[in-house]
Amino acid sequence: MDKFVRLEGLVAPLDRNNVDTDAIIPKQFLKSIKRSGFGPNAFDEWRYMDVGQPGQDQATIAARPKNPNFVLNQPRYQGAQVLLTRANFGCGSSREHAPWALLDFGFKAVIAESFADIFFNNCFKNGILPIVLPAAEIDALFAQVEATPGYQLTIDLPAQAVIRPDGKGIPFQVDAFRKECLLNGWDDIGLTLRHADKIRAFEEKRRIEQPWLFA
Amino acid sequence: MAQTLYDKLWQSHVVHQEDDGTALIYIDRHLVHEVTSPQAFEGLKLAGRKPWRVSSIVATADHNTPTDHWDKAEGTAAIDDPIARLQVDTLDANIRETGSLAYFPFKDLRQGIVHVVGPENGATLPGMTVVCGDSHTSTHGAFACMAHGIGTSEVEHVMATQCLVQKKSKAMLIRVEGALGKGVTAKDVALAIIGKIGTAGGNGYAIEFAGSAIRGLSMEGRMTLCNMAIEGGARMGFVAVDDTTIEYLRGRSFSPKGDAWDKAVACWRTLVSDEGARFDRVVELRGDQILPQVSWGTSPEMVVSIADNVPDPAKETDPVKREGMERALQYMGLNPNTPIKSIAIDKVFIGSCTNSRIEDLRAAAAVLKGRHVAASVKLALAVPGSGLVKQQAEKEGLDKIFVAAGFEWREPGCSMCLAMNADRLEPGERCASTSNRNFEGRQGPGGRTHLVSPQMAAAAAIAGHFADVRELNI
Ligand code: SF4
Repeated sequence: MDKFVRLEGLVAPLDRNNVDTDAIIPKQFLKSIKRSGFGPNAFDEWRYMDVGQPGQDQATIAARPKNPNFVLNQPRYQGAQVLLTRANFGCGSSREHAPWALLDFGFKAVIAESFADIFFNNCFKNGILPIVLPAAEIDALFAQVEATPGYQLTIDLPAQAVIRPDGKGIPFQVDAFRKECLLNGWDDIGLTLRHADKIRAFEEKRRIEQPWLFA
Repeated sequence: MAQTLYDKLWQSHVVHQEDDGTALIYIDRHLVHEVTSPQAFEGLKLAGRKPWRVSSIVATADHNTPTDHWDKAEGTAAIDDPIARLQVDTLDANIRETGSLAYFPFKDLRQGIVHVVGPENGATLPGMTVVCGDSHTSTHGAFACMAHGIGTSEVEHVMATQCLVQKKSKAMLIRVEGALGKGVTAKDVALAIIGKIGTAGGNGYAIEFAGSAIRGLSMEGRMTLCNMAIEGGARMGFVAVDDTTIEYLRGRSFSPKGDAWDKAVACWRTLVSDEGARFDRVVELRGDQILPQVSWGTSPEMVVSIADNVPDPAKETDPVKREGMERALQYMGLNPNTPIKSIAIDKVFIGSCTNSRIEDLRAAAAVLKGRHVAASVKLALAVPGSGLVKQQAEKEGLDKIFVAAGFEWREPGCSMCLAMNADRLEPGERCASTSNRNFEGRQGPGGRTHLVSPQMAAAAAIAGHFADVRELNI
């Protein structure tokens, strides 16, 4: 996993509540047995006028008709690394293909009023930082993004702040453990296996007390 | 101190805890299916890691297996879509190499939707932590389990360590008192709850469902309810153990036997919230006031009763919500204030991990018996949740009732719940569906989904439009 420390990136606004993981990466692309290559199909149903199929080559995808009304297709948001959205982002299916698709598309941070729990977790596992901000701050950010082409935010993870171009810093919360992992690009499994002895001891005790769980 | 059921489940699984509350939680049961596992197996192999305890794994193929023409070719050769076939074959190869407690491959008698298969085989037992790379793992909470969906990285993490890194959620109690009326089911309770708390209402919470209406539900009904906890934003929902739980588990293949059974039952009896336990939030509903529900929009919280009209965005004061409603109505091709009963449907789907168990099929068949699907309905599908459900239904003659009524009787799988296989809606088609998600494109690009109970789906099939099942003479 890549480290996440400080990010200065273009912001793209997705002004909707309840953006679900089916919308982020439609189910037909879940048939892949790989982790990469989902970017061209991120938000497929909103982004293109036709229905995307899995396994299309790059040239075919590039030739697909795009929906000019979809915000991420607008020239001013090309290359965005920060996604700004509303409440309950990432609800629905637990597919980790959703953060994979966002990452592959180029997003490294998502700012929202709230996130669905599983998606929120999945982001951290892939080096994406999900940031929860109060509704009023989100409103203000939407207004600024709309009004300012090329609008960039700085996200400072060590300081736990989103810094606007006008210098205002908006603090955010992040679990100490998750922050450590992001800052260092640590692999969760390796960290957990440091406790292998404890896991084994727990398991043995459980096996004696409730043997039917181990049938 | 008085503990909630959640406190007990949590505490009994903590292996290690950091100062900030981050804990390592031990996982008892790991359910695996073809769509969210290949990258996890690959990751494990690449890192040279061995699975920690393969006897925790129960696996089956369900998401993109076809539900018809199984006999046209041997094994997975009957799967037309080469990409789907590769995924099912990959699961086969992975499980055969790794090992498992149980594996129900494509076409096995016990194959089916992972959340139907686990409980019916007794592989889901009270007090367990149950995880799966699928958000509807909350279903297993019906057995007083801490059960929730995980991402693929976590699938790999569980395989490698038998643990998950977790933080404790807040506890919510949803109490439903008062007996449900005739024609009102667990599905209607679930939809009514989501209508009340919203799809984000449960974010950050673990929900315990309690009250006389919940105690009155069968295990099938409780599974339907817990299944939809995730649609209310909660990763998990559960119901305390009672006689209904224990009776359901008696004699199932992986249920404990003999002395172990008695010991297990004594242990399971403690899986209830103590008198006076404190919850962070309590929500109350009257069971006797819940009517059959029908969703009208593109989120499960967009739901009303069969007696209502499609809501009017003009009456919504929150601008973001209003815009969401307008967008939903446009997608659904509906006008505000239209009576729900006047909405005509094109297709009907009875199935999914929400409503494909034997009780669901019985309930739908009771409505369909001696009746026929309306001529205007293009396709009505009945898809049992598993091979065992299908076998039982056929033993009871339910398949004949479905077929006589004009339904197609299919092989088990997820089917048109998410339309990864050939079962799907065409753009603009409207479906009465017993599944759990009405998101845009869920049942096929441009498809329009209305969530209902099996009885209501059957009633809609007969009428050709939504109808109040209570007004049919059953
Ligand atoms: S039936 Fe639908 S919701 Fe359930 S596991 Fe299958 S795809 Fe997911």
